[in-house]
Amino acid sequence: MAEKRKLCLSAKGLTKVFGFGKTRTVAVDNVDFSFYEGEVISIVGESGSGKTTLSKMLLGLINETEGEIFFLGQKRDIRSQRNKQEYWKNIQAIFQDPFSSYNIFNKIDSVLLDCIKMRGGGNLPKEKKIEMMREACSFVNLKFDELTNKYPFELSGGQMQRLMIARIFLLKPKILLADEPTSMIDACSRATILDMLMELRKEIGMTVIFITHDIGLAYYVSDSVYIMEHGKFVESGTPDEVILHPKQPYTKRLINDVPKIYEEWDLSTVG
Amino acid sequence: MGKVILEVKDLTTKYITRFKEDVYAVDHVSLKVEEGKSLGIAGESGCGKSTLALSLMGYYFPPLYYTSGDIIIDGKHISGMDPDEVRKTILGKEIAYIPQAAMNALNPTQKIINFVEDVVRAHNPSATKKDIYDMARQRFEFLGLPANVLDKYAVELSGGMKQRTVIAISVILGPKVLIADEPSSALDVTSQKMVIKMLRDLMDKGIIKAMIFITHELPLLYNVTNDIMVMYAGQIVERGSAKEAVFDPLHPYAKGLMGSIIVPEEGLRNVKLTAIPGVPPNLKHPPAGCRFAERCKFAKPECRVISVQIKEAGPGRTYRCIFSESELREAYKNG
Ligand SMILES: Nc1ncnc2c1ncn2[C@@H]1O[C@H](COP(=O)(O)OP(=O)(O)OP(=O)(O)O)[C@@H](O)[C@H]1O
Ligand SMILES: Nc1ncnc2c1ncn2[C@@H]1O[C@H](COP(=O)(O)OP(=O)(O)OP(=O)(O)O)[C@@H](O)[C@H]1O
Ligand SMILES: [Mg+2]
Ligand SMILES: [Mg+2]
Repeated sequence: MAEKRKLCLSAKGLTKVFGFGKTRTVAVDNVDFSFYEGEVISIVGESGSGKTTLSKMLLGLINETEGEIFFLGQKRDIRSQRNKQEYWKNIQAIFQDPFSSYNIFNKIDSVLLDCIKMRGGGNLPKEKKIEMMREACSFVNLKFDELTNKYPFELSGGQMQRLMIARIFLLKPKILLADEPTSMIDACSRATILDMLMELRKEIGMTVIFITHDIGLAYYVSDSVYIMEHGKFVESGTPDEVILHPKQPYTKRLINDVPKIYEEWDLSTVG
Repeated sequence: MGKVILEVKDLTTKYITRFKEDVYAVDHVSLKVEEGKSLGIAGESGCGKSTLALSLMGYYFPPLYYTSGDIIIDGKHISGMDPDEVRKTILGKEIAYIPQAAMNALNPTQKIINFVEDVVRAHNPSATKKDIYDMARQRFEFLGLPANVLDKYAVELSGGMKQRTVIAISVILGPKVLIADEPSSALDVTSQKMVIKMLRDLMDKGIIKAMIFITHELPLLYNVTNDIMVMYAGQIVERGSAKEAVFDPLHPYAKGLMGSIIVPEEGLRNVKLTAIPGVPPNLKHPPAGCRFAERCKFAKPECRVISVQIKEAGPGRTYRCIFSESELREAYKNG
């Protein structure tokens, strides 16, 4: 992350308010941040702290109520459908529930073919496309020939997660946003998926944003960690600073609540 | 040795699919849980943890079928019992089960007290509304839950509160054994800790006598249960104290699993995770020899043919591998 870090995604005063009057909720409250190219960032916070709302704004799925988002240092403008499509070539997401991200009427081959098309490879010869899909599948330990003609829901949760990574492999976005990508899977498959993501990140130099409850994961993978409480970033820094030496009471409490195996886990603090 | 509350001997159960294929999801499983003890079950998705839970309660409804083996709860044999009878007399009273994702399955149009009434009336149809309410209030307060939760709808509760409510309802009849299937995986760390504290309280306060806790989160099991059992492809591959299973696993799969733990503790940022390559075998056609052989970096040719039996390695400690303890330790030392 040496000398000249290039800004990838940043924001000023970013705010999202849902509802009004009695039901008014400030889900994201005036946050500023700078994410740099090639960095791995984790955003950690309790349920309802606003993580998903923030990620939806970053993805351009919902509009910000106030504030600005900058992409590669430029103010992001995705008001036109064309600009939005262009933006989505650069930012892709993996969601908690892999099943929710596929069109159930689309077979797996077409899921992957769409990725090739999105990258402008629609006119490539068929053999070339198949070769690319095969390569993407083998990157995530799936056998392309066993997947063709199947529908996504015929896969297990783990295979589905890996198919999502195969998509990312083909799309090669600048930014990958992963909202709780591993919460549904066991530790062992989690390690496999993290390995794949980190490998992919090295290969295509992506910026990766993890949104997670999993403080162990945040500690393990990130270059910087942001702690979110009630829509605000209350603390940020390197994993060593934030997770091993937290300053804010909120961060301290979160860290304290993670089950430990090398240290004593204090259950008496439960309110 | 304490009194055995739950004993399972050589239990085998299967699913029969729509295409009439057998899926052996629980294959010759034996286990014992003593009074005052808890057992954790860990293992990859699809290895049969939830199926084992249903099977050891005698809860056999298609497509799940009992094949062979014994289940004994506090001296009472329940294997071979009619599943409808099990539902009436065993469930909730002898064994309570909190299914995976139960908290999201609560009917949104009912108040919490209505669920309590359903559970109590299933066993005691003549219980009055007032008696049930009083009992529930007492029990909720005893477990540190505000009594006003009883008058709320599930949607009004936070995830953590909902899950603790589900647990409190599950144990309302004072079952001997509680089986909790992934009760905290969907929660944030703070709510998760509250759930864990509550489960431990249930044991400490004597509301339940034994507990089985299913989760893929090993650091959690380590902090909650006395013993840990690791399953792989329908079989038990390792069982030991929580400490042994986490810090000194014998079976290569258990070893791999422990190597994939990430905890935010000093110095653990740079450890290499041991992701296990490959995928588990298809349970419709499990391999003849060791089920893990195909993914095991220590496997010898005979591993794929010899079907391995469970071996003893000290009191309460077992594993399933053709290698001896010392051979395994040697292999791990050399990486
Ligand atoms: N579409 C919406 N309409 C109204 N309120 C919403 C909407 N989406 C989110 N909220 C509210 O905004 C706040 C933040 O929610 P958000 O889903 O971003 O949290 P989160 O940190 O992702 O939580 P979790 O860890 O449970 O996924 C919550 O109070 C939530 O109820
Ligand atoms: N209704 C069913 N019909 C056929 N096979 C089934 C059925 N339910 C489960 N299985 C199979 O039985 C095996 C064990 O499933 P089970 O749900 O017990 O696993 P698990 O260890 O609880 O997984 P998870 O961690 O994902 O909850 C799996 O291979 C699964 O595909
Ligand atoms: Mg969220
Ligand atoms: Mg399960």
